[in-house]
Amino acid sequence: MSETEGMNAKQKLGYYTQKFYDDACAAHDKGEFVCWSSSIAPSEVFTTMGIHIVYPENHAAAVGAKHGALEILELAERKGYTMDNCSYSRINLAYMELLVEEKKTGKTPEALAKLDELKIPRIPLPDIIVLCNNICEVLLKWYENIAVSLNVPIVIIDVPFVHHPGKIPQRSIDYVEAQFKRSIKQVEDLCGRPFDYDKFIKVQEQTQRSIAAWDKAMGMASVVPSPLNGFDIFNFMALIVCARSEYAAEDTFTTLANELEEKAAAGIDAFKGGEKTRIAWEGIAVWPYLSHTYKALKALGMNMVGSTYPSAWSIHYEPGDLKAMSAGYIGCYYNTSLDNRVDVVSSVMENTKCTGILYHNNRSCKNMAVMNVEMEEMISKRTNTPFASFDGDQTDPRNFSEAQYDTRIEALSETMEQNIAAKQNA
Amino acid sequence: MSKVDTIIAELDAISKNPKKAMADFKAKTGKGAVGVLPIYAPEELVYAAGYLPMGIWGATKKQILKATTFLPAFTCSIMQSIMELELQGTYDDLAAIVISSPCDTLKCFAQKWKGKSPVIQFVHSQNRDMEASNTFMVEEYKYVRESLENTLGVKITDDAINAAIDVYNENRAVMRMFTDVAALYPQVITPTKRHAVIKARQFMDKAEHTKKVREIIAGLMSEPVVPFTGKKIVLTGIQAEPDELLKIFEEFGIAVVADDLAQESRQFRTDVPAGNDPLYRLAKQWQNVTACALAIDRDKPRGKFIVNLAKEYGADAVIVAMMKFCDPEEYDYPILLEDFEKVGLRNLKIEIDQQSESFEQARTRIQSFVEML
Repeated sequence: MSETEGMNAKQKLGYYTQKFYDDACAAHDKGEFVCWSSSIAPSEVFTTMGIHIVYPENHAAAVGAKHGALEILELAERKGYTMDNCSYSRINLAYMELLVEEKKTGKTPEALAKLDELKIPRIPLPDIIVLCNNICEVLLKWYENIAVSLNVPIVIIDVPFVHHPGKIPQRSIDYVEAQFKRSIKQVEDLCGRPFDYDKFIKVQEQTQRSIAAWDKAMGMASVVPSPLNGFDIFNFMALIVCARSEYAAEDTFTTLANELEEKAAAGIDAFKGGEKTRIAWEGIAVWPYLSHTYKALKALGMNMVGSTYPSAWSIHYEPGDLKAMSAGYIGCYYNTSLDNRVDVVSSVMENTKCTGILYHNNRSCKNMAVMNVEMEEMISKRTNTPFASFDGDQTDPRNFSEAQYDTRIEALSETMEQNIAAKQNA
Repeated sequence: MSKVDTIIAELDAISKNPKKAMADFKAKTGKGAVGVLPIYAPEELVYAAGYLPMGIWGATKKQILKATTFLPAFTCSIMQSIMELELQGTYDDLAAIVISSPCDTLKCFAQKWKGKSPVIQFVHSQNRDMEASNTFMVEEYKYVRESLENTLGVKITDDAINAAIDVYNENRAVMRMFTDVAALYPQVITPTKRHAVIKARQFMDKAEHTKKVREIIAGLMSEPVVPFTGKKIVLTGIQAEPDELLKIFEEFGIAVVADDLAQESRQFRTDVPAGNDPLYRLAKQWQNVTACALAIDRDKPRGKFIVNLAKEYGADAVIVAMMKFCDPEEYDYPILLEDFEKVGLRNLKIEIDQQSESFEQARTRIQSFVEML
C-alpha cells in the first residue's frame, strides 16, 4: 500500500513537502549528499545520482509566508546586502550564515531558533549547488556568493537570454548541452561513482510524467467557472519546483487533476458560484501577504486563473535527447524576449478566458518589473482586456501596501465588470 | 598651461560634447557612430566597420522626468539616465546601438529601446572556464557582426577586425602605462584629470586617443617625481563621477593611484590575445576577463585583486563607488568587505547616483574617512 493511499491532493502536498525537507536533513547522517538548487534548474542530473535537492527560493517563500522574513532580512543588510537585492537571496544568504554559525559553535543562534519556532522547515548546508539562470541573472551572483562562502562546488547551467522571438539559436543549445555534460562530471566527482545513464533516462521519463500531470491539473484553470482557485497554483507550485523529477509530483498532480475534473463535472467551482471575473497574475506571489491578497480578490469575485507559472515548469523533451532538454531549459518564459513574453501571457489569458490582468511590480525582481510597462500596453492591446498593477515584494514585508493593493484591484474589478456588462448588453 | 594640461583639456572637451565628436568623425571619414552600452562589448567589430564606437554610460546630474513612465524607480541609475536621454532623442543620430545582457536590467532594457536607432542585443556566456563558452561566444559575435553589416550596409572582414584589435590592444597597453605613470604624478594628474583622460576613450577613435595619451605620458615623464603627502586610494565600482565628486577627493588631498572601475581600468586591463580567427580572439578575451562583478567567477577573486592593487600602488585605502541599484556590484560588496577586513584594508562605500545634484553627504563622509586614515 502506497504511503499516500487515501490522501487528497492537499494532504499529499503537505506530506511530500515535509518528506523532502526531512529526507534532506537526514541525508548527511546517512552519508548522502545535499544540493541547493535554483527553482528551474535541471533536477534530472542530481536526482539520478540520489542527491537530495533543496530549493532556497521555496524555503525563502516559506519564511516569508510564515512571517519570519523581517529579522532575517535585517541580518542580511547588516552583512552588507541592501534592500535593493532580491529578498529570496537575502533571506537565504542570511540563513546560510546562521547555519554556519550553528555548525561552528554548536549553539543555535537566536534568529534561527525564532524561525524554528515559526515551524519553518530546516534545510541542511549543501555539498554542492546548482543554478540555472533561466529565471534571472541575480542567481549567478547569489550562488557565486554561496559557493565562495561555503567553499562548495557550483554547477552553473548558463542559458543565454533569448533576445529574439522564434527558434532558440543552435549556438545556445550546443553551449547548454556542453554544460549539462559537464554537470554530469561534476556530480560524478562529488559522489565518487560513475553516472548511471540508464537511470538518467528513467528520471527524465518520470520528469515528463510529473510535468504531464502538472499540465493536466493546471489546465483545469481554463474551465469556466474554474474549479481551481488560482492561489492554489501558488501553493501547489512548491511540488513542481522540488519534486519535478520525482513520483511525488506525478502522484500529487494526478490526484489534483482528478479532484478538479470531478468538481468541474459536478459544477462545483472554487468560488462556489461567486466567480465574477477572471484574472491573470503576472509575477511572483506576495508571500507575507498571501492571505490578504487572496481574500481581497475573492471578496470581489476575482479568480486568478491565469499564470505563467504552469508553463514555466512545463519543460517538455524526449527522454534521452540532451539537446531537446537544453532547449527546454533555455526557452523558459522568464528567459525570453519581450515579444515572446507578450505572446505567452496573451495565450495564457486567451486559454484561461481572463477578463483582465494584474501585474505585481516586484521590488525584489528586476527581471519581472523592468518590462512591465511595455507588457501592460502590448498585452492589453492584443487581448483587449484591462490591467492594473501594484507595488509589492515576494518576501520583504516592508514593500507592500494593503491599501494600494485593495484600491488597484477594486479599480480593475470595476472595469472588468463594466466590460462584461457592456458585452452582454451589446 | 602646460602641454599635458592642454591635451587633457582637449580630451575633456571631447567627452563633454559627444555630438561634436561624432560630427567631426563623420566629416573626416564619411561614416557615423554606433552607440555601445556598458559594460563589455566587441567594439572592435564596430571599429572594423569604419564606424566610431561611442560609449553610452548615461549622464551626470541628470533629472529623470520621462523615464519614470517606463522604468521602475529601483532601476539602476545609469539606465535611468540613458532612458531619459533616449526619450529626448539624444541618441537618434547613432547608426545602431549595441547592448550586452549581463544583468537583468540591461537584458530587459535592450528589449525596450525608445530611440530611433536599431538595437543589436547580444549575450555574454557566464560559464566561461570551458571551451564550449568560447565556441558560443564566437557564434554570438558572428551574429553581432552580421547584424552590424546588415544595419550599417558594410562588409566587416576578418582582416579589418584583426587590424582593429591591434589598434585597441595598443590603446589598452598605453592606458595601462598611463594609469601607472599617473600614479607617480598625483599632483599633476588629479582625480578629475585622470578621469578625463580615461573617459575620452569612449568618444574618440582609439588610434587618435593613443597618440594623445602617449604625449601626456611623455610630458609627465619629463618632470621629476615629487613625493605625495596626501592619501592614496584605489577606486572600485562601475564608475566614479561626476567631476564634483572627484573634486571632493582633491579637496581632501586624495589621489587615485589605481582603479577597478568598469568605466575605466576594466575596459583596458584585458588584452585580446594573439591568433588568426578574430572572433575567437575576442571570445578568448572575454574568457580572460577577471575580477569583475559582471564576469562570473566561482572564486570571486575581485576582493583579493583590489587588495593586491592597493599593496602594489601603496594605497592607504579603497573607496567603493557603489552605483545606485546595481545588482551585480551590490552582491559583490559583502564579499569585498570580508576580503578587505581580513587584511585590514581601510575602506569606504559611497553611493554613485547619476541623478544626484548635491554631494554634501559624500563630502562629509569622505572628510571623516580621510581624517581617520
